[in-house]
Amino acid sequence: MVTTSTGIDFSKLRQRIGDGLLEETVLLPMPCVRVKRAALAETLQFLRDDPEFRLHQLSELTVVDMLYLREDDRFDVVYLLRNIPNELRVAVKCAIPEEDAWVPTAVGLWAAADWGEREAFDQYGVRFEGHPNLKRILNHHEFVGHPLRKDYDIYRGHWCSEAETLLDELELRRRRFPERRNRTDEDPGETMILNIGPSHPASHGTLRNLVELDGERILYSIPEIGYLHRGFEKSAETHEYNQVVPYTDRLNYLSAISNNVGYIKAVEELCGIEVPPRCQAIRVILCELSRIMDHLVCNGANIVDLGALTNFWYLFNLREKIYNVIEGVTGARLTNSYTRVGGLWNDINDDFVEQTRAVLAEIPQHVDDTLKLVARNRIFLDRTVGVGKISLDDAISYGWVGPCLRGCGLDHDLRKSDPYYGYEQYDFEVPVGHQGDSYDRIMIRFEEIKQSARIVEQALDNLPDGPFRADHPMAYLPDKQSKTYANIEGLVNHFKIVMHGITPPQGEVYSWTEAPNGELGFYIVSDGGMKPYKCKVRPPCFYIYSAFPHIVEGEMIADAVAILGSLNIVAGELDR
Amino acid sequence: MTLFGNPWLHGFIMGVIVLSGAMGVAAYAVWFERKFAARMQNRPGPTEVGYAGLLQPIADLLKLMQKEHLVPFSADRPLFNLAPVLVVIAPLATLAVIPFGPGWVGSDPSIGLLFALALSSLMVIPIWMAGWASNNKYALLGAMRAAAQAISYEIPLLLAALVPIILSGSFRIGDIVAAQEGGQWFALWPPGPGFLAFVLFFLTSLAESNRIPFDIPEAESELVAGVTTEYSGMIFGLIYLAEYLHTFIASALAALLFLGGWQGPGPDGIHWMMLKTVLIFATIFWIRWSWLRYRADQLMSICWKIFLPLGLVLVMASAIWVHLR
Repeated sequence: MVTTSTGIDFSKLRQRIGDGLLEETVLLPMPCVRVKRAALAETLQFLRDDPEFRLHQLSELTVVDMLYLREDDRFDVVYLLRNIPNELRVAVKCAIPEEDAWVPTAVGLWAAADWGEREAFDQYGVRFEGHPNLKRILNHHEFVGHPLRKDYDIYRGHWCSEAETLLDELELRRRRFPERRNRTDEDPGETMILNIGPSHPASHGTLRNLVELDGERILYSIPEIGYLHRGFEKSAETHEYNQVVPYTDRLNYLSAISNNVGYIKAVEELCGIEVPPRCQAIRVILCELSRIMDHLVCNGANIVDLGALTNFWYLFNLREKIYNVIEGVTGARLTNSYTRVGGLWNDINDDFVEQTRAVLAEIPQHVDDTLKLVARNRIFLDRTVGVGKISLDDAISYGWVGPCLRGCGLDHDLRKSDPYYGYEQYDFEVPVGHQGDSYDRIMIRFEEIKQSARIVEQALDNLPDGPFRADHPMAYLPDKQSKTYANIEGLVNHFKIVMHGITPPQGEVYSWTEAPNGELGFYIVSDGGMKPYKCKVRPPCFYIYSAFPHIVEGEMIADAVAILGSLNIVAGELDR
Repeated sequence: MTLFGNPWLHGFIMGVIVLSGAMGVAAYAVWFERKFAARMQNRPGPTEVGYAGLLQPIADLLKLMQKEHLVPFSADRPLFNLAPVLVVIAPLATLAVIPFGPGWVGSDPSIGLLFALALSSLMVIPIWMAGWASNNKYALLGAMRAAAQAISYEIPLLLAALVPIILSGSFRIGDIVAAQEGGQWFALWPPGPGFLAFVLFFLTSLAESNRIPFDIPEAESELVAGVTTEYSGMIFGLIYLAEYLHTFIASALAALLFLGGWQGPGPDGIHWMMLKTVLIFATIFWIRWSWLRYRADQLMSICWKIFLPLGLVLVMASAIWVHLR
C-alpha cells in the first residue's frame, strides 16, 4: 500500500531556488514539489543532475486543467521524474495562468520531453517556450481548440480535409542533422521522399512515417501518429470509474487485461481499497497470460516482417488457445473488461485451473519450435544483431521502459523492484539484453514468455481461497438480506452506490504496473465526484516510439520495418 | 530426334502439349504450395473447392479473369499493359528448349542451354518496365531491387551452369543429359565441384526467381508488393504465372544439368524428370516457408563475395578435372 510520508529531503533544492519552491506536497505515492514558473527550469535541471536525485527519466509530462478546482492560475503542468535503478520518483508541479500559458521547455534535459510537450500543447494549449517543433501530435493539424480543456465544447465538429505534408518537420530535421545527408551543397544528390503508411503491411496499426531515402538508406524519418486517436482521456472524464474499464481494453488490445488491471489499480489506490489475496492472484495470473499473448503476437509479427511467415502460425495458434482460457473466465476474447474497482467482474470458472495448466504445458513446444527456426538461423542473426541499436543512456532519456529498456542492458522490472500484488512471492527471472538491438528485444520477449509461464504455474499452485473482491463499502453493493434491508447504514450505502457510484476522496494518484510493453502508468485526479476529473494514461510505447527516428536514420528500409516490429508499437495505446 | 516425324508438326504438337502443360503446372504449383505451406503451419489450406481444394486454382483463375483491369491514372498506360505480357513470354519461350524426356522437347538446338539462360535474364527488362510504368514509389523500389538482383545473380548462375557444360563439352541440353549416363550425375560426379555447382545453381536460381530468402523485390512487409503493387486482375495473374513458371523452369534445369534429367535407376523416361523437378520445386517451397528474407545489401554482398568467387573456382576445378581425365 502506498504511504504518504516520502522521506525525501528537498533542502538542497530550497537552497538553490529559494522562494521559488512554493510547497512540498505529495502526489500519491511520490513526493511532489510545487515551484514557481521562474524557477522551473532550474528545478528540473537540478533534479536531473544532482547526485542525490539523478532523475534521468522524464516518465510523464502532462497538464491538469484546474478550472473547476481553484480560482487563480488555471493550469498545473506536471512532470513525473524518475531514477530507474533507485526506484526514486519525484513529481514537479508548476501553476500557470490561462492568459499567459507557457513554461520553458525541457527538451534539452530529457529527449522524452519532445513528444510529451507536444501532447500537452495539443491537448491543453500550454506553450513550451524553446521547443523546436511545437506542433499538434495526436489531433489533426486542422483541429481548432484544445480538447482536454474543461471548457472545450465536445459537440463541436471539425472539418479536417488535408493530410499534413510533414515537409516542415523534415526541413527541421535536415537542419538539425545536416551530416546525415552526406552531400554537399554543390551536389545535393537525388533523394526520394516516401510515405510508409498510414496503411502499409508493416505498420502494425495506422502509423505514418515520412522517410527521405538515399537509395534504400533512410536519411530522415518523420513519424506521424494520431490516426487512431479516440480521445480516451476525454471519454474517461465523462464516465464513472467502472465505466472507464471497457475503454482501457482498447488501449493495448493485445493484452487488454493488463490495461484493466493497471487502471483499476490506480483507482483502488486513490480510494484506499486493498483487494483480497485471491483477487490479487487471479489478476497476476491473467496479467501474465496477457503478457504471454502480447509477446507471442509481437514476436510473431516481427518475424513476419523479416520474411518468415510460418513462425507466426506457431505462435498465433498458442495465443488462440490462451484466448480460449481467458474467454472462459471473462466471457470475451479480445476486450475483456474483467476488473472492477475493488475486485473482479466475477470469480474464475471451475475448470480454469485445469485449462490453464493444459495451455501452459503447450507453451514450451510452440516457443521452442519457433526458436529452432530462428534462434541460430544465420539470416535471422544477420537481420537482427546490431540492427536498431540504442544506447542505454539514450533509451532512458527517451523514456523507454519494459522489455525494450531491458534489451539495452538495464536489469529493471517493476515486478521485482517495486512488487505489487504479491509478485515478491513468485520465483522468476528478469531477462536482460546486452546491446539494445532488435535481437535482444526479440529474445527477451521469448524468455519472458517462459518466465511468465513460471509465474502462472506458481500462482495456480498457491491460489488462495476467499472472496474475489474487497469488502469495501465504496466498491460493492452491500448484501441485500443482511444489510440493505436490515439496517439504515446498509440502505444508505446501497443508495449512495446506485445514485452516485464510486466516489474516491479528492486527490490525485499516479499508479504503475509492469505491462507487457513496460511501465503502464495511470495518473488520475479526483475532485471527489463519481467521474475522474482527469485520467491520463502513460502508454509505454508512446515514448518508445518517439525514439524511432533516432534509431532508424542511417538504416535501410528493410531494417526500419524490422525495428518497428521489435519495439512493439500498438497503435491503440500509442494514439489513445 | 522428333517424335512426330515432320519437324513442323512436331514443333506444333509439342508446343501445344508443353504450353498447356506448363499452364497447368503453374496453376497447380500454386495449389501445391498453398497445401504444402498450410501443412507446415498447422493449417488445412484450401479445402472447399473440389476434393482437398483441387479446383481452387481454377476458381482463382476465374476470379482473376472477372476482376476489372485497373490502370492507375498517372501510369504510363502502354508500357504498363505491355510489361506483364512480356514478362510471361520469356519463360514460355524457354520451355521450347527444355527436354522432359528422350525426344520430349520442342527443339533441342546446339545452344539450348545458352538460349534458356539468355531468356531468363531477359525477364528483368519487362519487370523494370512494370515498375517504372506503374509510377509508384514502391513499385519503383521493387523494380530497382529486382534489376540489381537479377543482374548480379546472373553471373554466378552462368558460372554454375558452365560446370556441366565443361564436363559434357556441349551447350545442347540433350548432350548434357546424355553425358550423365550410367548414374554419373554431375551433382555426384566429380565429387567436389559437381555437388557444389549444383548447390550454387540451386541458390542462384532461387535468387533469379525471387524466392525466399532472396525475395526482396516483392518483400511484402517492406514494399507492399513490389512491382506488382499497382496490378490487378488477370494482368497481375500473368506476372504471378511468370514467377511460378520461372521457378518451375529453374527446377527443371537443375534436374537436367545436375541430376541426370530423365535418367534414373530403372527405366528412363519422363517420370524421372517430373519426379526430380517436383522434388526440387518442393525444396524451394520448403525453404520459402521456413526461412527469413535477406536485406538488399546483404544479398549483394553474398553474391559478389561468396557466390562469384565460388563459381570461378568451380569452373577452374571442373576444367582441370576434364583436362586430367
